[in-house]
Amino acid sequence: MKRFFKSINVRELLLPLGQLIVFSLGSAVVLSAIVLILALALDKTTVGLAVMERFNASLFTYTLINLPQVLIDGLTIGFVYAAVALGYTMVYGVLEFINFAHSEIFAVGAFVGVEILIALETAGVLSRVSLGMAFVILILAILAGMVAAGALAVTVERVAYRPLRGAPRLVPLISAIGVSFLLQDLIRLVEGLTTGQFNRIFPTFGNFDQRLVFGEVGLGATTITMGISIKSIIVIVGAVLMLVALNYLVNATKVGKAIRAVAQDRPTASLMGINVNRIISLTFLVGGLLGGAAGVLYALKFTRIDPFVGFFPGLKAFTAAVMGGIGNLTGALLGGIVLGMLETFAGSYMGVFTMGVAGTEYKDIFAFTILILVLIFRPQGLMGENVSQKA
Amino acid sequence: MAQLQLYFQKFLTNVQKGIWPYVATLAHILLGTLLVYISPRSTFAFLTLVTSFFSLYYLKANSRFKLITGIALALIIIPILGVRNIFYLEIIFQISVFAALALGLNIIVGFAGLLVLGYVAFYAVGAYLWGFFGSQQYYVMPFAPGTQPANLPFLLPGDTFYLFLMLAIIAAALTGILIGLPVMRLRGDYLAIVTLGFGEVIRVLANNLDKPVNLTNGPQGITPIQRPTLPGFVLDGFNGLFGGIVGHPVDQASLYNVMFYILALIIIIVIVFVTKNLEDAKVGRAWAAIREDETAAVAMGIPIVKMKLMAFAIGASFAGAMGALVAASRTFVSPESFSFMQSIGVLSMVILGGLGSIPGVILGAATVVILNLQILQGFSLYLSQLRQSDAVIPIINFAWRNLSAQLDPAKYQRLLFGTILVLMMIFRPDGLIPAARRKRKLLLEESESEVEE
Repeated sequence: MKRFFKSINVRELLLPLGQLIVFSLGSAVVLSAIVLILALALDKTTVGLAVMERFNASLFTYTLINLPQVLIDGLTIGFVYAAVALGYTMVYGVLEFINFAHSEIFAVGAFVGVEILIALETAGVLSRVSLGMAFVILILAILAGMVAAGALAVTVERVAYRPLRGAPRLVPLISAIGVSFLLQDLIRLVEGLTTGQFNRIFPTFGNFDQRLVFGEVGLGATTITMGISIKSIIVIVGAVLMLVALNYLVNATKVGKAIRAVAQDRPTASLMGINVNRIISLTFLVGGLLGGAAGVLYALKFTRIDPFVGFFPGLKAFTAAVMGGIGNLTGALLGGIVLGMLETFAGSYMGVFTMGVAGTEYKDIFAFTILILVLIFRPQGLMGENVSQKA
Repeated sequence: MAQLQLYFQKFLTNVQKGIWPYVATLAHILLGTLLVYISPRSTFAFLTLVTSFFSLYYLKANSRFKLITGIALALIIIPILGVRNIFYLEIIFQISVFAALALGLNIIVGFAGLLVLGYVAFYAVGAYLWGFFGSQQYYVMPFAPGTQPANLPFLLPGDTFYLFLMLAIIAAALTGILIGLPVMRLRGDYLAIVTLGFGEVIRVLANNLDKPVNLTNGPQGITPIQRPTLPGFVLDGFNGLFGGIVGHPVDQASLYNVMFYILALIIIIVIVFVTKNLEDAKVGRAWAAIREDETAAVAMGIPIVKMKLMAFAIGASFAGAMGALVAASRTFVSPESFSFMQSIGVLSMVILGGLGSIPGVILGAATVVILNLQILQGFSLYLSQLRQSDAVIPIINFAWRNLSAQLDPAKYQRLLFGTILVLMMIFRPDGLIPAARRKRKLLLEESESEVEE
């Protein structure tokens, strides 16, 4: 037992935790500062007056009071993005290829988890479980989603990508887009044949919908409750656990060393006795496991899923991966958190700052704007080395 | 089996000799015409008629004969048969629209090797341009969607459509350059994602630009959009000339379909002409060089940015023209028609037909549209009939009636597009009709591997 503990590389466990905290705090502080300065600047303009009229409070207080909730929401979605982004970045690091179907692997994970929970609910199990059992069931559902997504990712690699290894770059990418479309409709087909409907709702059980309320703040005539729901906590904890585990796998184990070796130089790695095909399959498996878990967590947080649920989270996670520097695990964490925060900030404040001209409806293209800006001004990403221009 | 194959090969070589190509082509056209005339609803008859274009293209014949037969087929036979069953004219119109889109995308992806996933954005630019100026939208601007008063005037007369067809080409080309400029430095796979993003941006903008000023009328879309006028004498002339063959008097709505079909045909011919000339011109060779090896192309002194932007602009302009035409033909535009799925649909046409191959791309567009509109929909119809019957699948004892009503094959386009993309990439990355340049390369590779053996 002692030897076991000795063999654990504590540094690699603590390092990503530290990074996560630094990234979260850093992006939170920077974005809050920007928003508050903007609020101060706009306070005396028509924007401020409009807010004053509606809430009977200055724009600055309105911004400040909403800030904690925005930060919590941004962090939650940011961790989900980070978990999905890791799948993109792992595959890209090893194969230099954008796994376009990763968003559907995420969706399959979500569907498997939710279908199991719905089956348990119709069997009447969910309504009478104790609180502890509810958590066990949730964890089992997440595991099931992970297994299904991981198996799917490996299958997709074997069937649609491996035969194309060595072909021109665009060939596997087009194949991946095809797989993505194929899977979207396959989910729809299976759901249509078995349940007859495409939109599935995450069943309510346990105390996941409860909110831990910290307090209430008056804002003019209305009061705003500040709190965090249990499911947000679950999402954050789950994502952090996965990120730490992945970081440990890649940076502190023998398998991880093999993965890094294959990423660096495939032929040489194979000369060193590494089974390259197995490592690539393993990379897809790990990416799929993370994606599946993120899918179930996403369903827990946003409740409703449909066969196309993966599209936008997938694209945003890809944006996050690029933003952090694709192929770089720490970068994917940073990108995910920053993007989640930015998006939530934009969604919450843009409407107020522009007096309703451009609001939440532009949230989805916000990520693209960031992606385009990053690619124009810093194509290697925030933390990446300059490899993205390599032809 | 081998015997059969031998016969088939013999047939293929013999049919290319002497007067046989002429006989075979005319026989094919005649057979198709007769079949469609006798049973206007049969899919088989329709396919026979449509495939006669390909025997016209493939069989060796005098080019003047090909031209005259082609014109007769496209301008006389198809319109007459088309007004007898307007659905076929609609399919052929859609084939032409998507063929134009696929030819445009082919310039960007097939010639210049830039994978663009947001191609319908350019299509949307053309459609919304005429959608805005060809409708009452200018006067609707101050009103939120659905609240505008009735009887607003139209901004421009319908005949300015032809002017706006040209403007749509220019506007789409400018959009192509605008979108292309910032992404020039990006490598292939990043370019794909960023253009996907641009495509989504345009769709979201179309969805949301109903405030602060109502430019696009939001998700409801703009309607009605004017059509260019159809002079009365054309209608009378058509009825007078062909009324007897059609069998019933043709109304104006049907003749509008014929008109848009002919307009689409003219655009396609222009596009094919432009594409064919560009392919072997200096620009086309520069594109091929960029596609094969960008670094080498720079070393050879090819102005990369200029050439890539040109590919964007030319490819986009085709889509712009078709966008304006479709807006006028449908009298309606809405953001829904410009989704990511449409972009992938066009891409799958290009991939299926063969990157860089003009006849291939047209074949790809025709195949996908027919699969989409005829085969999938026919299958849907068949399933719904089964659902109403008492039939039961024997071994597993499953009654068709219990089949979910959600299972409607006509809605499974993504499955179709995805399967096409994956299968083509794995088994035949050069497409059904590989481009001449690629064919040469394929032959070279084969002879090389033979030498190695």
